[in-house]
Amino acid sequence: MTTTIPPIPTDLQDERLRADTGMGGAIRAGIDRIRGGDLGFLPVIAGLAIIWTIFQILNPYFLSSGNLTNLLMESAPVGVIALGIVFVLLVGEIDLSVGSVSGLAAAIMAINFIDNRWPLPLAIAAAVGVAVLIGFAYGFIYNRIGVPSFVITLSGLLGFLGLQLFVLGPKGTINLPFDSPLVHFGQLAFVPQWLAYALVALAAAAVLVGGLLRARIRRNAGLSAPALSLTLIRAGLLAALLTFAVWYLYQARGVGWMVVFFVALVLLANYALTRTSWGRSLFAVGGNREAARRSGIRITAVYTTAFIACTTLAAVGGLLAAGRLASAAQSSGGGDVNLNAIAAAVIGGTSLFGGRGSAFAALLGILVIQSISSGLTLLNLDSSIRYMVTGAVVLIAVSLDAVARRSRSSHGRA
Amino acid sequence: MNATTATDTAAAPDGARPNLHTVLSLRGISKSFGAVAALTDIDLDVSSSEVVAIVGDNGAGKSTLVKVLSGVHAPDSGTIDFGGERVTLPTPMAALERGIATVFQDLALCDNLDVVQNLFLGRERRPFQLDEVGMEVRAWELLRQLSAKIPSVRIPIASLSGGQRQTVAIARSLLGDPKLIILDEPTAALGVAQTAEVLNLVERLRERGHGVILISHNMEDVKAVADRVVVLRLGRNNGEFRVGDVTTEEIISAITGATDNAVSRRRSRGDTASPTTHTITTEDAER
Ligand SMILES: Nc1ncnc2c1ncn2[C@@H]1O[C@H](COP(=O)(O)OP(=O)(O)OP(=O)(O)O)[C@@H](O)[C@H]1O
Ligand SMILES: [Mg+2]
Repeated sequence: MTTTIPPIPTDLQDERLRADTGMGGAIRAGIDRIRGGDLGFLPVIAGLAIIWTIFQILNPYFLSSGNLTNLLMESAPVGVIALGIVFVLLVGEIDLSVGSVSGLAAAIMAINFIDNRWPLPLAIAAAVGVAVLIGFAYGFIYNRIGVPSFVITLSGLLGFLGLQLFVLGPKGTINLPFDSPLVHFGQLAFVPQWLAYALVALAAAAVLVGGLLRARIRRNAGLSAPALSLTLIRAGLLAALLTFAVWYLYQARGVGWMVVFFVALVLLANYALTRTSWGRSLFAVGGNREAARRSGIRITAVYTTAFIACTTLAAVGGLLAAGRLASAAQSSGGGDVNLNAIAAAVIGGTSLFGGRGSAFAALLGILVIQSISSGLTLLNLDSSIRYMVTGAVVLIAVSLDAVARRSRSSHGRA
Repeated sequence: MNATTATDTAAAPDGARPNLHTVLSLRGISKSFGAVAALTDIDLDVSSSEVVAIVGDNGAGKSTLVKVLSGVHAPDSGTIDFGGERVTLPTPMAALERGIATVFQDLALCDNLDVVQNLFLGRERRPFQLDEVGMEVRAWELLRQLSAKIPSVRIPIASLSGGQRQTVAIARSLLGDPKLIILDEPTAALGVAQTAEVLNLVERLRERGHGVILISHNMEDVKAVADRVVVLRLGRNNGEFRVGDVTTEEIISAITGATDNAVSRRRSRGDTASPTTHTITTEDAER
């Protein structure tokens, strides 16, 4: 009696290794990860669920299509800024000046577009170009002079706020015409419903086909691959979730192009972070700077590009905010923009200690921040309460990060 | 830096043994850290197909010399000739690009990255669309070759034991096609089988024409694989021996700088007293 035993994949041959195959295996591996302090997105998703439940109980309008549509539109500008913060946090640095840089970008765009009558694309390019230069300067000062990023960007916070006021001049506010494409994009451009469903189908198909292709390549190389059922379930869940979301949101105005733009940026950033050697070098520098240097990584270039990514995204966020408000004002990028962006990245699970994080942290984190803000506004509570609640949530998020870090080191996961 | 095209050292086919030539030649290398002269006037030659062991007491300057060679520290004075030309090694990248691969004593791995990510750090395949599968397969090949006992290459380095990490660091130095491989105490944390594999590996590297610098405190390992032994003492050259015509005692006295030293006293005592019945005397306790 002979039975053919399928060859064991190369990566599962160690006998100490429990073969986590199929559905049960995936669940078991997930539980192990959480126990080991690798919480992933669990805290932020749980937090979001709690926040939504509380506000829905306090005000039944909170989870209405209309409010959620608005909430998503509100999230996009600061979300883009938070995405930039993820890059600097990953290398273990900080940028406190994103609010000022976003306001400055809005001012530069507005003055050139309105007062100097430049074409809009050129005005936008000028604003983004200045942000790139700022990021480059941060990198230069950090690498050459060795000033901590905290201090460099703190002076940037003040300096670029001053520059913003200077650019705006005595008027202080520049209104953008309602028929300009930027304002249209920020306020009125919504994806047609059929296209929204098509995008959902596209996303699910991408997950499915990508998963199947990856599994085949791995199997051909003699490595273990996730079971087919798992890929199917993931694609199916995503499709169901997004279809429901689209259906619900289109009870009101639906999904704005600005939101799609934000999500596209998140996906792009996620690709850059996880699938390119540049992204890998950000994690390496954040995890162990000296080891990264000895591996031949040019760490000065890594820091500089991280700062540039952050200031550039801050400018883009500032331009979106200008479109949304139809103006660039002295208060653009001021107030809580700065701290909300940083808080969003941290709440989403990006470690302040460097080397851990994800582009999706910005997306989930900003949803938490905006939900709190929207919920409290609906309850007619002013910003005093909002600041206190947001502060508490940030503290909880950072404490979770610190606790998870300790748990990781005791479970051998850095 | 592209590892895709370069043949990996350990996988290179056995070619004819190339003519011996000097790969590395150091003259008058000095390096101080503030008031501490870690290296003074060091000379060192390594030729292809040669294993040179560097030995010396703790703090003798071995790791500092390694760091000078790998571009981590710039020397204060002295010259480095590598592959027939005068070179400077201002950065680790410069050393790697010239073909000097190093396993550092402190390993220099990123705890937050997994084994594959660490192995290929700085020379990932397909920089704009990482070839994760190809890298994982290659990682397994390299680790098998070293008899690594690593359950999974997709777990963070932080969850590996000291010896497993050391194996990863050694495997990393074999990627690409280095001309000179520097191993700073590569077997310090390894088990018996893994140590034997590393020694085999060193011999294989020599057969393939690479120059190897091996730093070790273990005289048996040194005598087993090295062709020459270079002794450092307090940051200076303190003797150089061909392994064939030197005894362990001679090396040890060069390391400690005296024929009458703690090691030889222990040995001579061990000869007279039976080790099993040896009890601690006050004299021992003082030492
Ligand atoms: N970065 C540094 N800064 C200051 N002093 C240093 C530094 N690195 C090494 N030293 C000093 O240089 C001397 C030589 O150190 P090195 O690490 O080269 O010794 P070693 O021979 O490798 O010793 P071991 O066998 O313990 O590894 C020591 O006195 C040490 O204190
Ligand atoms: Mg040392």
